[in-house]
Amino acid sequence: MNEPPTMELVCPAGNLPSLKAAVDHGADAVYIGFRDETNARHFAGLNFNDKQIETGIRYAHDRGTKVFIAINTFPHPSGMGKWQSAVDHAAGTGADALILADIGVLDYASERWPDTRLHLSVQGSATSHQAVQFYVDHFNIRRAVIPRVLSLKQVEVLVEKSPVPIEVFGFGSLCVMVEGRCYLSSYVTGLGPNNFGACSPASHVRWQETVNGHETRLNGVLLDLVDKEEGLGYPTICKGRFEVNGKIGYAIEEPTSLNTLPILADLKRIGVSAIKIEGRQRSPAYVAKVTHIMRAAIDACLANPDTFSPNETWLEGLAALSEGTQTTLGAYYRAWQ
Amino acid sequence: MNLKHNTNKAPARLSLAPVSYFWAKDTLYDFYARIADTPVDIVYLGETICSKRRSLTPDDWLELADKLTTAGKEVVLSTLTLVEAASELGAMQRICNNPCYRVEANDIAAVQMLSKRFRDSQIDGYVGGPALNLYNTRALNKLAALGLKRWIMPVEHSAAVLNEFIIPESVETEVFAWGRLPLAYSARCYTARTHNTPKDNCELRCLDYPDGLKLSTREKSSFLVLNGIQTQSALTHELIHELNHPKVDIYRISPQSRFTEKVLNLFHDCLHGSLDPDQADQQLKKYAPFGTSNGYWHGDAGMLSQTSSPL
Repeated sequence: MNEPPTMELVCPAGNLPSLKAAVDHGADAVYIGFRDETNARHFAGLNFNDKQIETGIRYAHDRGTKVFIAINTFPHPSGMGKWQSAVDHAAGTGADALILADIGVLDYASERWPDTRLHLSVQGSATSHQAVQFYVDHFNIRRAVIPRVLSLKQVEVLVEKSPVPIEVFGFGSLCVMVEGRCYLSSYVTGLGPNNFGACSPASHVRWQETVNGHETRLNGVLLDLVDKEEGLGYPTICKGRFEVNGKIGYAIEEPTSLNTLPILADLKRIGVSAIKIEGRQRSPAYVAKVTHIMRAAIDACLANPDTFSPNETWLEGLAALSEGTQTTLGAYYRAWQ
Repeated sequence: MNLKHNTNKAPARLSLAPVSYFWAKDTLYDFYARIADTPVDIVYLGETICSKRRSLTPDDWLELADKLTTAGKEVVLSTLTLVEAASELGAMQRICNNPCYRVEANDIAAVQMLSKRFRDSQIDGYVGGPALNLYNTRALNKLAALGLKRWIMPVEHSAAVLNEFIIPESVETEVFAWGRLPLAYSARCYTARTHNTPKDNCELRCLDYPDGLKLSTREKSSFLVLNGIQTQSALTHELIHELNHPKVDIYRISPQSRFTEKVLNLFHDCLHGSLDPDQADQQLKKYAPFGTSNGYWHGDAGMLSQTSSPL
């Protein structure tokens, strides 16, 4: 372990106002990406150009906040040059760490920039200490972000045996599939998290009013059909309504967000090093609110870990920011599985 | 680095993927007894989806492996894809330590175990399964240096992407050519969820679905297949018109509860030039209950189909 025994709050920023919001509301670190398919939030109008990165890193560092740059998609052979340039560029910005997933990109970064701190992205799909050890042995990663698939007990075992600190997801939209191993979006659209950096790309989403109601389609596939007054979440396949054994429902997962406030003290007790907030595609106002609540909760937890329990105001605040205004402990809670 | 020159090479070989569904012991024994009589060259054995599926013991699998070896098949033992519990790592380590058979790593943890054994000269190499994210030549070269001798290309790669790879001389390329596509893995068991039971008390419901559990859109379009913690395509991925790619050494067939031997025979005959792919295709369509697709190979969405066959 080469990090102090705290629990770092790592917040998302899809643009400069979000970065400033995260910094101003108490993030220990902010993670960002370039404005292209080298990162897993490749959406139009999102992410940072050179000038914004320079400004953002200066703003964060002046206030004692770290900046991580995510280059966490998987280049095809012909794209390798672009990803290598992204690594070179990121390493030269003064960012505190690069978040990488692809073995080829990790190999390049660790060889070309041996002094740059590398974190394994959640897209690297490491769910055991042996997997983490592979990335440590070959690419000298200093931290691993783990997929949202382990129970709290399994996270505890991993943290105990892992050769490097472990970062877990604490709040935000919930990937129910193992990150880095989900082709649902690419199966339907040709474009997915691994090969394009986005799930359900907007170019393939159609919302349309019909006599049956409000349809959500992804490249023609009907994901949901709702009454007009119902709210609509982001149209991921895993949160659509389908028919299985004659019953219609959310066969995979309901629109819901992950929220770990109820187990924050457990995450601290078992030695989790950092809590990551999902949501680089979210607004600066969202980032500000979530960061503010999570900062207060982590501070309270660190001050009194034995007696910590989340207060109602925080829980209500986070629920209001959640998909379908409901939250879950996801895989941390065994019965969810 | 030496590059492969595949001109005038022998026909590609055929492999049989691990059974992705949960079948009873007798079903598995009967199935592999029939497989022994097919022209398949390579058989992958083992449970790759869920560690609760234990109709065969490790010794049973080894017994099957020995029988298939006697029948002239190359046998490879496959490891679990999503590893969560410490007990699963232990089982994986035992498979990796087996003294007789090459191992297919379906997770980086298995790559770690096998790379160590390769470094220590305890094995001559291993296979990288389709769930390993090998997206570029540099990644492939890295694992090749650590003992990878064969990779099953991730299913979302197209022929055009494969063409971009410079494949090390020491590495064989295997391509998924028939079966429901493996699309995603989760901590959650969707078969148990369908039955409103938690995974820890699933009553082994997957036994009731020898080809998985179909998920349809609300327009009754067959869309996905739920297979415990795995999600597959409902459509069968079919590359009968796309065989003989110069960079492909092995084509992979994924087992289904019926007609697997017929599928193997049709692919074998096409690979050896004794059957026209159009004729084979007419037969194969009968063995794909919800239809076929080949979009991934053609650089499209995986669910789409194209009739052309660019190499």
